[in-house]
Amino acid sequence: MQAFFQFTVEGLTIGGFYALVALGYTMVYGIIRLINFAHGDVFMVGAFIGWTVLVTLAGTHLPIVLALFVALATSLFFSGALGVVIDRVAYQPLLAAPRLSILITALGVSLALENGVLLIYGPGFLTYPHLLGTAGFTIGGVQISYAQTTMFVISLALMFALYLFVHRTFIGTAMRALAVDQDAARLMGIDVERIIQITFFVGSFLAAAAGMMEGLYYTQINFYMGFLLGLRAFTAAVLGGIGNIPGAMAGGLLIGLLESYGAGYISSRWTDVFVFLVLIGVLVVKPTGLFGERVVERM
Amino acid sequence: MKPQAPKRQPYGTLELGLLNVQDLHVAYGKVEVLHGVSLEVAEGEIVALLGSNGAGKTTTLRTLSGLVRLRQGRIVLGGEDITRLPAHKVVASGLGHVPEGRRIFGPLSVEENLRLGGYLLRHDLAEVEKRVHASYALFPRLAERRHQLAGTLSGGEQQMLAIARALMLEPRLLVLDEPSMGLAPKLVFAIFAIIQQIRAKGTSVLLVEQNARQALRIADRAYVLESGRIALSGPASALAADPRVRAAYLGG
Repeated sequence: MQAFFQFTVEGLTIGGFYALVALGYTMVYGIIRLINFAHGDVFMVGAFIGWTVLVTLAGTHLPIVLALFVALATSLFFSGALGVVIDRVAYQPLLAAPRLSILITALGVSLALENGVLLIYGPGFLTYPHLLGTAGFTIGGVQISYAQTTMFVISLALMFALYLFVHRTFIGTAMRALAVDQDAARLMGIDVERIIQITFFVGSFLAAAAGMMEGLYYTQINFYMGFLLGLRAFTAAVLGGIGNIPGAMAGGLLIGLLESYGAGYISSRWTDVFVFLVLIGVLVVKPTGLFGERVVERM
Repeated sequence: MKPQAPKRQPYGTLELGLLNVQDLHVAYGKVEVLHGVSLEVAEGEIVALLGSNGAGKTTTLRTLSGLVRLRQGRIVLGGEDITRLPAHKVVASGLGHVPEGRRIFGPLSVEENLRLGGYLLRHDLAEVEKRVHASYALFPRLAERRHQLAGTLSGGEQQMLAIARALMLEPRLLVLDEPSMGLAPKLVFAIFAIIQQIRAKGTSVLLVEQNARQALRIADRAYVLESGRIALSGPASALAADPRVRAAYLGG
């Protein structure tokens, strides 16, 4: 039983990352019906921007907490901006085109980001500064590090902030409205293109937060890190019901837990098999995902 | 972006009414569906646009709102040329559009739908709340259901919500596309009474209707659209008496 709780702690930590990334998939799908294959790579770029800032600041005498904050803020902001640029340059011109064109474009953007980072930073693993100690506390034999706790809290706080943004602000309400009916949204005076940009900013912002936390947590980053994580986060979004925001949150945490249990009880080699088996199982029983309803009503 | 005061531009030599539509040509792909539609709505008027299915009534309204690009023509609202404005800016210049099929946001609450109607006023939340409450005064049923999801409302309530939502910005011209569609006769009557109330408060109305009899009863003037052209126009009473209109739209 102690092992079970240990796996749960680990699972929730990484599940928080998956949830943050899954939100970006689900929000973009919700409003423009695009599976944004480049989203996992925005997560990766976020990790790289954070790494660059941290390494640059390592030479200065800035306190660690402040350095972390600057790196996080820089990474989140620039990754958010990157999301907007991707939308503007690659997706907006194709919104009226057949769905397949924009899907292929998303794959292209994904490759461009991966290879861009490969070109700048090289193919090897980069090491994040070891800022997180292993210090922590023990409850009933289960070890929980402060780092895990902090990251989980940050993940939850970001998700809660997003929930408030989407449900309590005009812009968030406009997002939900245009997920339902773009023309009707235009008739309300909503600048649809602008709201789509904001959605990309928010989604990329959250992905970058996950990217930086992943870098700090595992300390190793690589230009390819967004691919598999993106795939799992997308799985999380589908599991929760793509287009559904609470679904993506729950799906992300669930995937994290499944992965952790799979690795703990079966074998870490079988993790993905385990995760995707569960996905297939859920989709067979409930094709719209756990929280999904009708395809047109979401968010 | 705040709704700006409309730029009043002198328009030709004639300042005709509130809405002036001249020679509207609209095509879907290569197929032209409107072949030079011209119409006008004067300040304080209810104008009906009649016609059979596929005549181009909805396309006309969607073009006015900027949802459909036009190939040729000119649209002037209150002296402002809105011909090439994108839909979200047309709203700001004072045209409220209640689309065909109501198009309310089903998964959002009634109140959220209304607030979105006031989206352009979002920097003045007190004003938005004030207008939401004004909507409740006009449509008490909506007040009862304010926290309910809009998709769970009955057809008549959804239509009222769609109208209330379009009135949030206090448009100068309200354009209604088939407001009576799918409603029970009693509700149709109620909706038409509401349209008259709206006009009484100073908003002009352009009304597209299948229910020609009701539309002609409350309209001042009417146009008949046939295959993308205005076939007839005149005072509503004259059209109601016209044998061609009686045969085609009033069941003989």
